[in-house]
Amino acid sequence: MPSSSSVSRNSTAGGDSNVPDQFPAGLRVLVVDDDPTCLMILEKMLRNCKYEVTKCNRAEVALSLLRENKNGFDVVISDVHMPDMDGFKLLVHIGLEMDLPVIMMSADDSKSVVMKGVTHGACDYLIKPVRIEALRNIWQHVVRKKKREWKDIDTSASLDDVDRKEEKQAEDPDYSSSANEGHNWKNTKRRKDDEDEGEGEGEGEERDDSSSLKKPRVVWCVELHQQFVAAVNQLGIDKAVPKKILDLMNVPGITRENVASHLQKYRLYLRRLSGSHQSGGNTPSFFSTPDAGYGSISTLSDLEIQALAASGQLGQLGQLPGQSLATLQAAALGRSGYSKSPISVPLIDQRNIFSFENPQSRYGQVQNRQGHNGNITRPMNLLHGIPTTMEPKQLVGMQGSFAGLTSQGLIPMTGQSQNHGSRQPVLPGQVVSSPGNHVTESTGNRFQLRGNLGIPSYGLVNNGNQIQTRPLQGADLTFDPSHHMNKNMHGGLNVLQHNNYDSGQKIGGNKVIFSTGEGSGTHVVDDSSMLKAEKVNYKSTFCPEEYSQDDLLTAMFTQQQQQEGIGQGENELGLDWYSLDNLPV
Amino acid sequence: MLKSMEFIFLEVGIYCHLLMERNQMHRQIASIRKSFFDQGYLDEQFIQLEELQDNSNPNFVEEVVTLFYRDSARFLYNLDQALEKRPLDFNKLDSLMHQFKGSSSSIGAKKVKTECTNFRAHCNAQNAEGCKRTYQHVKREYTTLKKKLEAYFQMSRQVGPIEMACRPR
Repeated sequence: MPSSSSVSRNSTAGGDSNVPDQFPAGLRVLVVDDDPTCLMILEKMLRNCKYEVTKCNRAEVALSLLRENKNGFDVVISDVHMPDMDGFKLLVHIGLEMDLPVIMMSADDSKSVVMKGVTHGACDYLIKPVRIEALRNIWQHVVRKKKREWKDIDTSASLDDVDRKEEKQAEDPDYSSSANEGHNWKNTKRRKDDEDEGEGEGEGEERDDSSSLKKPRVVWCVELHQQFVAAVNQLGIDKAVPKKILDLMNVPGITRENVASHLQKYRLYLRRLSGSHQSGGNTPSFFSTPDAGYGSISTLSDLEIQALAASGQLGQLGQLPGQSLATLQAAALGRSGYSKSPISVPLIDQRNIFSFENPQSRYGQVQNRQGHNGNITRPMNLLHGIPTTMEPKQLVGMQGSFAGLTSQGLIPMTGQSQNHGSRQPVLPGQVVSSPGNHVTESTGNRFQLRGNLGIPSYGLVNNGNQIQTRPLQGADLTFDPSHHMNKNMHGGLNVLQHNNYDSGQKIGGNKVIFSTGEGSGTHVVDDSSMLKAEKVNYKSTFCPEEYSQDDLLTAMFTQQQQQEGIGQGENELGLDWYSLDNLPV
Repeated sequence: MLKSMEFIFLEVGIYCHLLMERNQMHRQIASIRKSFFDQGYLDEQFIQLEELQDNSNPNFVEEVVTLFYRDSARFLYNLDQALEKRPLDFNKLDSLMHQFKGSSSSIGAKKVKTECTNFRAHCNAQNAEGCKRTYQHVKREYTTLKKKLEAYFQMSRQVGPIEMACRPR
């Protein structure tokens, strides 16, 4: 079945005439819904459509599944209202990390909710109760997406060659701003380390992929996204054109078209963010979460700041800068109900999800509204373990030294993850694969960026080879699909967390993902480890601030920049998904 | 020879009789099923479920309905609890009922769904009395449908085996 699916996919990508007769039979669908009755019905309907169905009643588990089986699914169908994670958040995660078509479902047919689906990137929206007729045609979304990607690859092939050569030769990314120095240094170093393993392979792989008619799919993992955002910020959101971004990113194996489509999504995201007021309010969790240690701070929303202030925690933080990390660690480790607490969940979400949000802008928002500039800044810096007075440049410099802080910074997270893990047992077993469902590592169809991107072992980027990047870890990070699958099934998150713990990083699937090096912008993404968010946030901190001021977002971003860099990195501010979600639509 | 002929006639006679009985049961079941739709207890979605039933899942509809009644009990439990609180948390009530409604609609429980909608309207209007009243309606429809469907499935199951036994070799 899987092979036939891949065959269909490949052929489909090439053109309609190549679609084999059995297509769309074998389409691999992941359906996520917390209602077991609906799930059972959907599964049966999809099976009757001759699709390969995997059902899942938890968004986190779904994300883990997707991460562990990069090329294991063709399309995802998800309910909007789920207890552990909002469906829209899941949608965004999937769009960012796996770039799969996602179809939303809900009994709610109000225009606002449907619109939300559109703005968050859903390729379709089904009203419950879903009829089988509605499911029969979901394959069109898969084909459409593949065709688009194919077009990107075909047309950018020559460009890629040129770019690749340049990238190979230039060890140092051509960042003009000194603010990016630390980042660049990190990037360069990482890329160098992984070059032997990653770059060459990546290059070769991409070429193979292009030439073999398989559709390479660029996976926007956290680190890559972070580089992307950094490049965009550097260029200025209005002046960021795909070609320049591509050059700035200096990452082998991605095309201008990849960047262009990602940029489009990013712009949508920013627009959405700028139009919504962020309100968090999950301060307590924020404080206790390890992520808060580094990047989480950046995503503080207005309410969060208020809450923090109200709870007096901000004050405490402000007073004990030196101990902030330790405090956080202790809090994180000691916290058990973290994962389940409603507060913490949203917080995490905020952090993770959408790193797209400019931390600065978020921060700026907070400042604008709260007028707590000074207060906010300080605690945030403290949380990061970095002196509040640091300028962005200084901060950048610190990044280099961040490695030293890594273990510190990471510990809270791992602690957190452990906490998180403690509740993992609830999750496993949720995933039910229909027989024949094929969850495997990439079969090479997907093009994944190599480790030279410095992506911590998330395992998100896995070409079917082990994931490169980072040293962290250990073995488990790179995956063995079946192994990971098992892990997941058995509350694999725990295992993953364990790994993370050792490595000091969080692995995807669990909450927080802490980016190494870069300044840690990453932190855990909500339970499902949003790698991207972290990375992205982090990067943006270091971007020079030359933004045009045509909208609130950029204006805030600028303000943010002036304030200081660290908090922003994390993009905590930006990401207030919960607040976004709660916004009256 | 006559004896064996008589015997054959007897067998055929019994067979026909059983067939007639079974046909009668079938008709009965069909008419009960029709009444569900005519009286508005079930809607189109139930037919979707029936169409999903096939050889690989011969009892699909009954399984789904059973799963629904088992799973939805938690909604009612939570709603009961939430309705005890003072003051009422209308948002929570609405959210709970939204999920319950979604689940009910997936099996085609039309009257239940209607009462859920009424309940949510009262939530939006922050009408505590209206909520409590309509909640009783929801529970009533929910239980009524459950009994009807249980009887219906039981009859369907009875007809099934008889059919198999009567099938000529």
